[in-house]
Amino acid sequence: MKVVVCVKQVPDTKGGVKFKPDGTLDRAGMLAIMNPDDKAGLEAALRLKDQYGAEVTVVTMGLPKAEAVLREAFAMGADKGILVTDRVLGGADTWATSTTIAGALRNLDYDLIITGRQAIDGDTAQVGPQISEHLGIPVISYAEDLKIEGDSVVVKRQYDDRYHMVKAKMPCLVTALSELNEPRYMTPGGIFDAFKKEVTVWGRADLKDVKDSDIGMKGSPTQIAKASDRVKKGAGEKVTPDSPAEAVDYIVGKLAEKNVI
Amino acid sequence: MDFQLSKEHEMARSLFRDFAEKEVKPHAIDVDETEVFPRETVSKMQKYGFMGIAIPKEYGGQGCDPLTYVMCVEELAKVCGTTAVIVSAHSSLCADPIMMYGTEEQKQKYLVPLAKGEKLGAFGLTEPGAGTDAQGVQTRAVLDGDSYVLNGSKCFITNGKEADIYIIIAYTDLQVDAKGRKKKIFSAFIVEKDTPGFTFGTKENKMGIRGSSTYELIFQDCRIPKENLLGGEGNGFKIAMHTLDGGRIGIAAQALGIAEGALERTVAYVKERQQFGRSIAQFQNTQFQLANMKVQVEAAQMLVYKAAMAKATQSKYSVEAAEAKLFAAEVAMDVTTKAVQLHGGYGYIREYEVERMMRDAKITEIYEGTSEVQRMVISGDMLK
Repeated sequence: MKVVVCVKQVPDTKGGVKFKPDGTLDRAGMLAIMNPDDKAGLEAALRLKDQYGAEVTVVTMGLPKAEAVLREAFAMGADKGILVTDRVLGGADTWATSTTIAGALRNLDYDLIITGRQAIDGDTAQVGPQISEHLGIPVISYAEDLKIEGDSVVVKRQYDDRYHMVKAKMPCLVTALSELNEPRYMTPGGIFDAFKKEVTVWGRADLKDVKDSDIGMKGSPTQIAKASDRVKKGAGEKVTPDSPAEAVDYIVGKLAEKNVI
Repeated sequence: MDFQLSKEHEMARSLFRDFAEKEVKPHAIDVDETEVFPRETVSKMQKYGFMGIAIPKEYGGQGCDPLTYVMCVEELAKVCGTTAVIVSAHSSLCADPIMMYGTEEQKQKYLVPLAKGEKLGAFGLTEPGAGTDAQGVQTRAVLDGDSYVLNGSKCFITNGKEADIYIIIAYTDLQVDAKGRKKKIFSAFIVEKDTPGFTFGTKENKMGIRGSSTYELIFQDCRIPKENLLGGEGNGFKIAMHTLDGGRIGIAAQALGIAEGALERTVAYVKERQQFGRSIAQFQNTQFQLANMKVQVEAAQMLVYKAAMAKATQSKYSVEAAEAKLFAAEVAMDVTTKAVQLHGGYGYIREYEVERMMRDAKITEIYEGTSEVQRMVISGDMLK
């Protein structure tokens, strides 16, 4: 069984978010960590390694310093690490990122691809599902539990007020929630071994079936006007109309009040 | 000369810090209050290889260097002095001498489970009448057939009742020199818990490191198989001194961590605490005190890391270890005392933790050689 985990190096938002004067993230001023949802995805893969002897390959896209998350993954027990880095890939939005990663994954054999649900620096939750679209394989998002049954994966998928049990034949892609598990720590010896392992570095030329118009800043339809720290949602309003018709009227009224419609 | 840590060491430090924050810190107050040995934390440390950091992989350890081990003890001590000394006594005082002086059979039988953390280690030299003065040791081992018969007692033994494997120093011979003075000749033994004749006396009720299990060990006609003699008969004193050199680096790291932990908390506190309409961080007295504490801590770290590097590269590192322990222990006592003072009344309240750190710091000036003994070692080397 071959499992590929996609991880991202993100700024640690625990100590607060820092912005540069132009409104973009001050990445140099913040510590870099492995995105928490991705780490849960890696832990899920490592448990498949413990249980079934799965081979775990970790892929990351980013600046050369993103190699650090691959070393961390090695120290936790991952077998192989691939860093996708190239100047022409810079400034990618979720679309250009997913086409790039899909282009890298086309070079690999896999039964299961695991990505985190979303990264704490962008919070879009788009890249995982987009990768599955590019690769033409099923996706199950928001996994809070995962197990293998024969040639399929069975996922407990989180939903607002319930969960879904979803089964998909492999190869498929699963996006992991931090709630999926408690990631293991590295071991001290594992850290020293991790730095002896080789990281495979791929650039633009190594991406398979990817158009130049779909990568980097040029291939990114998204334009960021302004970035801000997460805005806390209000407590919300709970109403209990007597009939569905009343509920519709209420919602339409609210939307009109807020000039949405 | 390079003061930059390697990427490996940086990552190891982040691992230890992360572990200490998540797994150790939440229990520190409780461990101190209840005096309960943190068995669950030790099991977690075992799982991640913290109990055999500097032991080679072929013996079940992590194969890291002494600096990595020192950083582990340091980060643990930042949040809990008890947890730090459990690792230090186990690693430096029990696993290390077996690694250094053990036969291949002894290593396979005792070092492997110690390095994997399946067994916990302890070391017994101190006795009611013998601390700094090793000649005061009364515990005696007499060879009888295939075993040594051990009689006597040891006191203030860290990991006391919780350990499974003990290194015990006893005298095996009494020699009289040309001037008619008697001199005890010591040997070291590996003693397993549950050996008939080996029991525990009182548990000490301590000022600090209260969760570490400190016991009296009692040996009454306790028969130790001959093959458990460590490093040959008559080498006990040398083994004990060499072991303590390594142990002192561990305690120096513990002291360093305690000082760092107290300083971190103090920096956070003085920014929050308002007096006369502003934070106390804005008063020059606070600023000067903090600056002094920071310099003390950094200087201590340099000496502790230097001693760890000396252990990695030199066969003898007594002076480096003594310097590191002497300085770091006194820094720990001074910095924690200042931390309590800067906290004012709150510093005297248990919930604020610097009070515990001050109590924990004191022992670092005493055990594994008092500060006075460290001064003897350092000056002895200067004047030889």
